[in-house]
Amino acid sequence: MTLSTSSNFAKPDDAFRAIVEAHRGLTEAQSADLDAALVLVLANHIGDIDVLREAIALAKRRMLEANQQQQQQQQ
Amino acid sequence: MVQARTQFGYLRHPDQDRAAADTAEYPVVIVGAGPVGLSLAIDLAQRGQPVVLLDDADRIGEGSRAICFSKRSLEFWDRLGVGERMVEKGVVWSVGRIFHGDSQLYQFNLLPEDGHKRPAFINLQQFYAEAYLVDRVRELPAIDLRWRNKVVGLESRNDGVALTIETPEGAYRIHAAFVIACDGARSSLRGMVGAEFSGQVFEDQFLIADVKMTAAFPTERWFWFDPPFHAGRSALLHKQPDDVWRIDLQLHPDADPVHEKKPENVRPRIARMLGHDKFEFEWISLYKFQCRRMDKFIHGRVIFAGDAAHRVSPFGARGANSGLEDAENLSWKLERVLRGISPESLLESYHVERSAAADENIRESTRSTDFMAPASRQEARLRHAALALAKETEFGKRMVNGGRLSTPSIYETPLSTPDGDIWRGGPRPGASMPDAPIAARDGRSLFLTDAFSGGGTGFTLLEFGNGAAVDVPDGIKTIRIGGDDGFADAAGLVGKRYDAEPGSAYLLRPDGYVAARFRHPSRPLLEAALARASGFN
Repeated sequence: MTLSTSSNFAKPDDAFRAIVEAHRGLTEAQSADLDAALVLVLANHIGDIDVLREAIALAKRRMLEANQQQQQQQQ
Repeated sequence: MVQARTQFGYLRHPDQDRAAADTAEYPVVIVGAGPVGLSLAIDLAQRGQPVVLLDDADRIGEGSRAICFSKRSLEFWDRLGVGERMVEKGVVWSVGRIFHGDSQLYQFNLLPEDGHKRPAFINLQQFYAEAYLVDRVRELPAIDLRWRNKVVGLESRNDGVALTIETPEGAYRIHAAFVIACDGARSSLRGMVGAEFSGQVFEDQFLIADVKMTAAFPTERWFWFDPPFHAGRSALLHKQPDDVWRIDLQLHPDADPVHEKKPENVRPRIARMLGHDKFEFEWISLYKFQCRRMDKFIHGRVIFAGDAAHRVSPFGARGANSGLEDAENLSWKLERVLRGISPESLLESYHVERSAAADENIRESTRSTDFMAPASRQEARLRHAALALAKETEFGKRMVNGGRLSTPSIYETPLSTPDGDIWRGGPRPGASMPDAPIAARDGRSLFLTDAFSGGGTGFTLLEFGNGAAVDVPDGIKTIRIGGDDGFADAAGLVGKRYDAEPGSAYLLRPDGYVAARFRHPSRPLLEAALARASGFN
């Protein structure tokens, strides 16, 4: 199996909203705790180490590129 | 607190009186009479190979070193004639429990099935293991064990090694075709060949205390994350013979070792853990973990084994057990090379197989240590999440890592013949042989491992009877299951564990690992597999 990056939710806004709302009212530290638990739960649900590695690579690449762009704009 | 359990005398050897031009020559010199060096010497001697065994000390020290010996190690020691004694003295266990705070997260059983001669583990102080091995060495005239013989110089030659050895009566020299360095984590031979020993040092400190007390705790391995008696850190409790208990407490990286080690400071911690202070200290030490290994285990004619070649953190019982696996792996190969029946290149498979095993052991024990001592705030967060999820989910329990205990590696090795038939189970080439109960023709019950070790020191064909016996190449011993003259598969477990059909056969290496397996063995197939496993490619 490979990582699916097509849109899988019938209503993507509902999914995004559900995650955002889970973080409402939490401190930064609590939010980080929630994310850590959520990542483990979802990773286990996927249950495929190759898909997990692809997901990590995608998330990390995007994050690094976004950070770089931000830095360039600030310069 | 370090005391000699057993003292041995230094004896002057005639080699010390030989002229420089008449230096003694030996096929094998083993340096280091610890569990690995002693076991290797016994195995070689039982194969008819004379061995000189040197040790720089003259005693077996007390102190807290290895305590957990695995099923695989016990099976090896059975072949060396010392397994029974180890098991009789040792504390047998197979169950571990993991706690978080004051509640149990889960328990595991390392040997949940019957029909094995040996348990998953015994706990036994290393000094007992060494003493029993030394007793066995003394029964074998082929082993020349020399105490207080310290190697101080090493010159490598194409066809051997010249050693300079220091004794209480001065230095002398000997020549060896092969030197096996089993001289431990601080190996001086490693420095003498100029080898790197690279890896990782962990900053967290651990306090080890062996305490003597009578207690009603079961003989299980108990591991705590964040216990009420030691907030924020981890702890381990494990039983040894003689009412001695191993306690392992994780300390803060900044803890002051001198302060922490004082018995008056250790005592209250342990009293909190046990709920009483009716115990005596046998041993206290403080240490940091290291995970390292040599790039190459073979440097010309100097071959490294055990802690000299690789070090792991202790969570997982991978130190001494992997050293013993090194010894059983090296012994038969070295013997064949010395007898000239295998090419010297067979020894390269020792490095291939055992360095991959070292990598696996380092990977597993590093993961355990990282879980116990998270390196960043986010790692701590992930660990916290896993522990919290473990309370109500199966997957969380499985992610919590309080040490993954040693199991034999499966070798990806040029000595294996790849499967050409369909197998749904059973040990694949490169895996070690599973045990199972069998019955002899006279009704006597025994185990497959007994039949294996009872039949000599060469290759073995495990054959499931199907009419006439297979035409086997010379020098191969056969263990037949079923048929008119074979062992009975009394409990049906041999067939099951080997996914056997009538006619199936496994070619086992002298160390009990599978070299090849066939549904329909023939002499040409077996000859090819035997040649490959003997180092002829």
